[in-house]
Amino acid sequence: MGSGTRDAIRAPGAGDPGDAIVQSRCDPRAAKSARNAVLLLLALALVLALASCSRAPAEELFAAGGVPEAPGSTLQVNVPPPPFSDGVFPCSSCHEPELKFNSKQRKLKIAHQEVELKHGTEARWCLDCHDAADRDQLHLANGEKIPFEESYRLCGQCHGEKFRDWRAGVHGRRTGNWDGEKQYLLCVHCHNSHAPRFAPIKPESAPVPPRRTEPTGGGTSK
Amino acid sequence: MNREASDGTACAPPSVGEGTLSRRDFLCAVVGCAAAATLAGCSEFTHTSFFRKHLRELSKEEIARMLAELEKELSEQYGKPVTVGIDAARPGVQFAYALDLSRCVGCRRCVKACVNENNQGRDPAIEWIRVLEMDKDKGIDFEHANPYYEAEQVPRPGHFYMPVACHHCRDAPCVKSCPTGATWSDKDGIVVIDYDWCIGCRCCMAACPYGARRFNWTEPKVPAEEVNPQMHYLGNRPRPKGVVEKCTFCVHRVRAGRYPACVEVCPVGARKFGNLNDPNGEIRYVLENKRVFVLKNELSTRPRFYYFYGI
Repeated sequence: MGSGTRDAIRAPGAGDPGDAIVQSRCDPRAAKSARNAVLLLLALALVLALASCSRAPAEELFAAGGVPEAPGSTLQVNVPPPPFSDGVFPCSSCHEPELKFNSKQRKLKIAHQEVELKHGTEARWCLDCHDAADRDQLHLANGEKIPFEESYRLCGQCHGEKFRDWRAGVHGRRTGNWDGEKQYLLCVHCHNSHAPRFAPIKPESAPVPPRRTEPTGGGTSK
Repeated sequence: MNREASDGTACAPPSVGEGTLSRRDFLCAVVGCAAAATLAGCSEFTHTSFFRKHLRELSKEEIARMLAELEKELSEQYGKPVTVGIDAARPGVQFAYALDLSRCVGCRRCVKACVNENNQGRDPAIEWIRVLEMDKDKGIDFEHANPYYEAEQVPRPGHFYMPVACHHCRDAPCVKSCPTGATWSDKDGIVVIDYDWCIGCRCCMAACPYGARRFNWTEPKVPAEEVNPQMHYLGNRPRPKGVVEKCTFCVHRVRAGRYPACVEVCPVGARKFGNLNDPNGEIRYVLENKRVFVLKNELSTRPRFYYFYGI
């Protein structure tokens, strides 16, 4: 088997997209050597060829592959349920619809005192995201009500770039298959929506530095 | 004595008392004894051990038999059913990896997940991934990089983290330097090692500019209860003493369509993996939309491992 697979060594530069992209951003020093100059030309030719004929528009690239559409769309992603604290949902079990609400920014005293808002604190208050009339839902800036399972649409209103990356599978953790079904997480699985900055964590143990072998007395050196 | 001498082992030793020892009988006896001695000395004489010594390609049946023997041996050794796969590269697939330097917090979850997934020796500990702590003021500066950082919490202020493992170069210096052809770049781009061909000369370790290869100075010890029984012949099957090993992109997982273990475990989602030939894949999105670089570009090793800034 060893000998059978060994003929698999590839000839360099044979139409490899990733290689072309990075080589075309080549470090200027590398152009000194003739070999790299040739590579650079090849890569340039490749990039030009790609650009002139078969380059798909960006929308096409990101619409496919089972990822959701733009923020306004109703297309859903398969995600695990939001990580509610124990006993907090449904909110309507305490927040009865007929109760009056106070939309003024203030320090909470009766409930939710543990919520510390560190997320654009000066300009934001609970009811900017939580719906006052239906506490079991959130609402977008345009007033559209959305369930907690679609909270990524709410986050995506401001964090459009991150939302795009997330849809493409580049922001956030993915598990599953690189060529098939993969599991997404909601923004709130990693970021506390009230204080989204990633909290520092304890690292795993450090590697053991290589041990020096003491000389055993052989040889001539003293 | 008129025995037919066509089969050496069937020859009887000459009897001393007979006096007439023909040349033919004498030779026959010598060959017979030598054959017997060889067989006796090689107590674990198997199909595998015999044919591996010969330079020829194994047939499918021979490979299947060899793997079955290996599985039986390993299952007995670890007391649980072990499978040793030999999945070949899928046509049309070019693997690549991208790591987001702006996200990595240096928590080393990837390192430990890799150890568990790939049956790396626990004592002395072998870790395929090395996370370098760097000074934000100095930038990427290997002279001041520290892989041994200890901290209560990471990221430490003023530092950033750069995990390094095998870059699966297209022009891999390790492959060029291997005198026995024990390591090669497979069709999907994974640089693999055949541990039975490796002679432990460590030329590849000297050649690798990324310090990605590890050597088994002693028999690697993996506790039976921690062994990952899903193995690949060119990947995470237990290595013998005296051979080199390194990251294989989790060859047993990725050739079955799954993400590598480090990708799945990363708590900040800094690790991305996929097929370069898939225009809708994560890797192409990174290459086309982010600031991307490869380590030591000036060496023209043309890695399949890209670093990028997600922000």
